[in-house]
Amino acid sequence: MPDSAFLEVRNLTKYFPVRHGVFGRSISWLKAVDGVSFSMNRGETLGLVGESGCGKSTMGRLIIGLLAPTSGEVLLEGENVHAATGERKKQLHRRMQIIFQDPYGSLNPRMPVGEIIAEPLYIHGLARGEQAQKRVRQLLDYVGLGSYCMGRYPHEFSGGQRQRIGIARALAVEPDLIVCDEPVSALDVSIQSQVLNLLSELQDELGLTYLFIAHGLNVVKYISDRVGVMYLGKLMELAPGDELYSNPRHPYTRALLSAIPIPDPKVKRERIILSGDVPSPIDPPPGCRFYSRCPEADEICARESPELRELDSGHLVACHRVGG
Amino acid sequence: MQRYILKRLLALIPVLIGVTILVFLIMQLAPGDPAQIMLGSKATQSNITALRHQLGLDKPLYQQYFIWLGKVLTGDWGRSIQLRRAVLPLVWTRFQATALLTVFAALIAIIFGMFAGIVSATKQYSIWDRLLMFLALVGFCLPVFWLGLIMQIIFGLKLGWLPVSGMHSPGGEGFLDTVPYLILPAVTLSVGSMAEIARMTRSSMLEVIRQDYIKTARAKGLGQRAVIFRHALKNAMIPVVTVVGMQFGYLLAGAVLVEIIFSWPGLGTLMVNGILARDFPLVQGIILFVASVYVLVNLIVDIVYAFLDPRISYS
Repeated sequence: MPDSAFLEVRNLTKYFPVRHGVFGRSISWLKAVDGVSFSMNRGETLGLVGESGCGKSTMGRLIIGLLAPTSGEVLLEGENVHAATGERKKQLHRRMQIIFQDPYGSLNPRMPVGEIIAEPLYIHGLARGEQAQKRVRQLLDYVGLGSYCMGRYPHEFSGGQRQRIGIARALAVEPDLIVCDEPVSALDVSIQSQVLNLLSELQDELGLTYLFIAHGLNVVKYISDRVGVMYLGKLMELAPGDELYSNPRHPYTRALLSAIPIPDPKVKRERIILSGDVPSPIDPPPGCRFYSRCPEADEICARESPELRELDSGHLVACHRVGG
Repeated sequence: MQRYILKRLLALIPVLIGVTILVFLIMQLAPGDPAQIMLGSKATQSNITALRHQLGLDKPLYQQYFIWLGKVLTGDWGRSIQLRRAVLPLVWTRFQATALLTVFAALIAIIFGMFAGIVSATKQYSIWDRLLMFLALVGFCLPVFWLGLIMQIIFGLKLGWLPVSGMHSPGGEGFLDTVPYLILPAVTLSVGSMAEIARMTRSSMLEVIRQDYIKTARAKGLGQRAVIFRHALKNAMIPVVTVVGMQFGYLLAGAVLVEIIFSWPGLGTLMVNGILARDFPLVQGIILFVASVYVLVNLIVDIVYAFLDPRISYS
């Protein structure tokens, strides 16, 4: 990993306490993110995929500082995001924004759109009054909405339009990194491509870096330079997009890829069907997280958790059974 | 917006007509003959029949209703049998005392209830949350008449801080003179509503705090206080306003008990005396008046919604 990484995540861990018993005395730990490390370069898009509950959204929130990690660090150009305080913290947070999955829930229903987009400008002291209004018009223009939207409320817009408003809001503070937390999974397929195209155009124009979280591999394939696969709080495989899709190494990645339907009824493909459900992330057993469902599991997999190792250049896998 | 208010005002008319019919019928169902009561137990049958004719009580029910309604609309709410005075001015004077008590109690309930709810929600499962919600549960369960007596004993008799009954000191008048007399009854009356408002604010806030747009607000870089007051509270207000509106009816009803305990010269004492004396015109007038006030308060609540939530359409 080069030292000059734009964003570096080091051994990031987030455990949530789960209380039970009469007075909430006994505590178990839900290991949402468990020792994940990777780095990102400026201007790239890293896709992060995994099933529901694998910790990918928690990961996004940890990175932009909405959640405090249990341990580990997030470094933005060498500066620890979670250690910063006061003005410095505000500065760092300004550079990282998030776009949420649900365009219906992520906009305050009591605020007109113009105010939703302008508020970050006021908070960070970037613009006031007429200048702020001008900036809002410009942002709305960026995302393909007219300035007529400013006085309207979120409920007056469609899902795709709302997601554009969310994007404009995120762009308002001129961030460097945007965490896209499943930004298109709540949208119709035709609208999905519009929003994805918009995101790529904005990236080219503004030099943005994206952490793109999704549960569909095909969406991620379209937009990402590199793709990471998560399972129960662990990063299983991380590789450049084409490499991952043409040469998946981890059994879990192979199973995921085999589940993508091919739009041609004549093509037959061997599907790898995983048996059982995703085990609970509360107090998981030692060993590989994928052990209980892995078709290739060995006895070492039950004992030791595999480290993320680099097999070929840039292709990292966490599996005892792969390579050597 | 103006059209919306006008429309809602017009919609009040059928509701109020319904209220008058109900009030009229209820009074007819109540046992006892007003003519008999007015003349006392020694009246002869012919005297009673003559008075019934004079009062129009021998006419068919629907005719009686329309005669009564016509008078009500022209401001003639009848005369109190017992007090021998016109009902409307009597009700109006007493209503001012009840309104003072109710509004004061509502203010106490809203301010402290919402404050407790916000603290509970923002510090969920903390010791403060548990304590406040326990108190809310207790407050919600306490019967008003018992609480009133206990307040009188503690703050009136043992500590001697506040007067236990009446509305003015002897010979005193004006609002400032009333304040010490107002505190105990208003607090007593407010406790149940306060508890209800606190619980509603808490649950509504908790729901709102989990919404994505609150995360959005945090991601924008807003501090905790701004997130709570600017983004969360305004969204959490709708169910709270509903409860406040409904509590107003509860307060008006509770005021009857509280007024009797604290000898507060309001509508409640007047009504109870009226019922005991079978003073039909008076009781009828009070019920009609209170029902109309309640309907109006609910209208105001609906209009407040429209201000609070742009999603509620004005048209």
